[in-house]
Amino acid sequence: MPFSNTHNAMKLKFSANAEFPDLSKHNNHMAKILTPAMYDHLRSKQTPSGFTLDDVIQTGVDNPGHPFIMTVGCVAGDEETYEVFKELLDPVIQDRHGGYKPSDKHKTDLNPANLKGGDDLDPNYVLSSRVRTGRSIRGFCLPPHCSRGERRAIEKLSVEALDALDGDLKGKYYALKNMTDAEQQQLIDDHFLFDKPVSPLLLAAGMARDWPDARGIWHNDNKTFLVWVNEEDHLRVISMQKGGNMREVFTRFCTGLTKIESLFKAKGHPFMWNEHLGYVLTCPSNLGTGLRGGVHVKLPNLSKHAKFDEVLKKLRLQKRGTGGVDTAAVGGVFDISNADRLGFSEVELVQMVVDGVKLLVDMEKQLEKGGSIDGLMPAQK
Amino acid sequence: MASAFTKIMTVRNTAVLLASLGAGTVATGYMLSDNAALSATDRTKLYPPSSDFPDLRKHNNCMASALTPALYAKLRDKVTPSNWTLDQCIQTGVDNPGHPFIKTVGMVAGDEESYEVFAEVFNPIIKDRHNGYDPITMKHPTDLDASKLTSGMFDENYVLSSRVRTGRSIRGLSLPPACTRAERREVERVVVTALSGLKGDLAGHYYGLGDMTEAEQQRLIDDHFLFDKPVSPLLTCAGMARDWPDARGIWHNNEKTFLIWINEEDHTRVISMEKGGNMKRVFERFCRGLKQVESLIQERGWEFMWNEHLGYILTCPSNLGTGLRAGVHVKLPKLSQDARFNKILENLRLQKRGTGGVDTAAVGDTFDISNLDRLGKSEVELVQVVVDGVNYLIDCEKRLEKGQDIKVPSPISQFKK
Repeated sequence: MPFSNTHNAMKLKFSANAEFPDLSKHNNHMAKILTPAMYDHLRSKQTPSGFTLDDVIQTGVDNPGHPFIMTVGCVAGDEETYEVFKELLDPVIQDRHGGYKPSDKHKTDLNPANLKGGDDLDPNYVLSSRVRTGRSIRGFCLPPHCSRGERRAIEKLSVEALDALDGDLKGKYYALKNMTDAEQQQLIDDHFLFDKPVSPLLLAAGMARDWPDARGIWHNDNKTFLVWVNEEDHLRVISMQKGGNMREVFTRFCTGLTKIESLFKAKGHPFMWNEHLGYVLTCPSNLGTGLRGGVHVKLPNLSKHAKFDEVLKKLRLQKRGTGGVDTAAVGGVFDISNADRLGFSEVELVQMVVDGVKLLVDMEKQLEKGGSIDGLMPAQK
Repeated sequence: MASAFTKIMTVRNTAVLLASLGAGTVATGYMLSDNAALSATDRTKLYPPSSDFPDLRKHNNCMASALTPALYAKLRDKVTPSNWTLDQCIQTGVDNPGHPFIKTVGMVAGDEESYEVFAEVFNPIIKDRHNGYDPITMKHPTDLDASKLTSGMFDENYVLSSRVRTGRSIRGLSLPPACTRAERREVERVVVTALSGLKGDLAGHYYGLGDMTEAEQQRLIDDHFLFDKPVSPLLTCAGMARDWPDARGIWHNNEKTFLIWINEEDHTRVISMEKGGNMKRVFERFCRGLKQVESLIQERGWEFMWNEHLGYILTCPSNLGTGLRAGVHVKLPKLSQDARFNKILENLRLQKRGTGGVDTAAVGDTFDISNLDRLGKSEVELVQVVVDGVNYLIDCEKRLEKGQDIKVPSPISQFKK
């Protein structure tokens, strides 16, 4: 909702019960945790920039959720949201991130030298490798809450920082509202272009306001390092390439991120980070590392095996179709990535992907030969 | 207002940002430390109106035509008594640039006072949309005396159905873009309580959207009464679909000729309709029903939003005045093929739509014909325009059937100046 929301003061004329949302048909983390008492306790609060409890939960009220998929149902409007509304968000985080406690500390590790192996995933099976994360810029409100002036300031700052990158990271920015038809087509062909969100989860949180003002895509000339500006988060950072050299992808990811971070710091705007939540992003599901590292891998035999899902669970991996979240796999090719975001470092998560995918490919090869995978079953990570 | 809440977090000294920020910002020389959190009031200093002014270069709606950087600068930091802002009024117009051929309004009211606090933007929009009506100098006539309607019985060989609709807002409660859940539930309570007092041919029943059974839902769909969660981005961007389906519902009388939608685009939408050509009876029921609902809410100390310049206050400026659309479904196979059809409609101040409603195409030769205007003429006047106009159209159709020629009528006046 638009910033400086002093409209909240008016709601206090009505009782908490009169205002409490009807969550009886809801199935999301927010609905499971928010009680009338908690609502009563938190509804008079605001973050300094004016983000309120109703702003946090609106998306969860408007989107009851799916009987099988548990969505989060809340968003942050600024860094302070996680503090001011911790009574709600700490249990949501605990629920979403496997029991992560309010007292837990999150470890950040963006040193690619700490990754073991990862440069030899079999390219006959692993078609492409990719690591993505998000970053928020301290001092600005997040996409659900920022004003046009802030969003433009975020864009300007980001473009200045990215323009300072050189070497294999040197690149160019394409603002969504200025791009030519030719540029647009190229970005679509490269699978880089993002479009106005259509998901009601995002729309109800106010993230598509003023589209396409101050939104854009930056990528390096080599097309292996890509940054989205002002989509669901201030920045989404993506490193990717064809083949199975996850090590190279992760190295470029870390190098690029570290460089960008120091450029922003030099301008007086470090990234939002703290030792409890790690990197702070709009959706609580992306806290910690915000990292999804994954591959597109051919597993036609293994994917039909009765124990496939169990193996993935043990490896702390997640499967998706190659169209991304909620798509189905096509031709036995799966997107396999880490299931966790918070409570493990970046190196640890990518290590899980590297080791896990290696095992999956070994299993696939076994099944191809008509062998059994029983001897290869991993322990629970 | 804001100050009480900005004390929640301590604000350490804040910092230079502005030289590095967007175009038009003024450097103020603040220093931002790692943990500083800017208060809402700090933000208004840090981001002057010029940095927030929307990019409207590709826009074609009434708001984009009316809003200048100077007006925005003047009004950005103002709030209505319920703390509604200009940015919130215009968000739908910023998010929906519009169509090259259709000029949408692009701005909504969050409460009755929006039209006053932001009058400098609303008034030119009202003028633009309502054919030059000037809210400052002109007065809008309200007249719900159905007995004044003449010749309100159409030839039923041509007219299949007749309908009149309008909207009403409950004074003291915010409008759909802005209302809190408690306010919306209060609107529902006030209106449903009043409607339960209706008797005779108006006696009926309320169906809350969240509570209805599958059977009730199917029946309401079959009766063409059920409304669904808005999908139009014009409405969703204005925040009108929040908390759906909480406190939304449909009331209708047992005879299914008087229907009220609660908390869709407006607090209430009131519809009187029936098959056939008896517009007189439809309008009579419309006026009687509206007046009875009004006195029932007044018994409990409530009233409708209304003033002498804008008439009945509704969410969208396009519905000010009477908020009235009176129309028929009418068969005009020959006339609709005549090259003069559109000009005749224009001069009669009528509008054609497909029978699926606004933006649908006509199926076969049956058209939805209704009044174009909403503000500046009374309810009686507008329904008379429809009655006279449709009678004229039917007369043309009959002439063409007999091979006679027709005449384009001279344009009728828009409103008394």
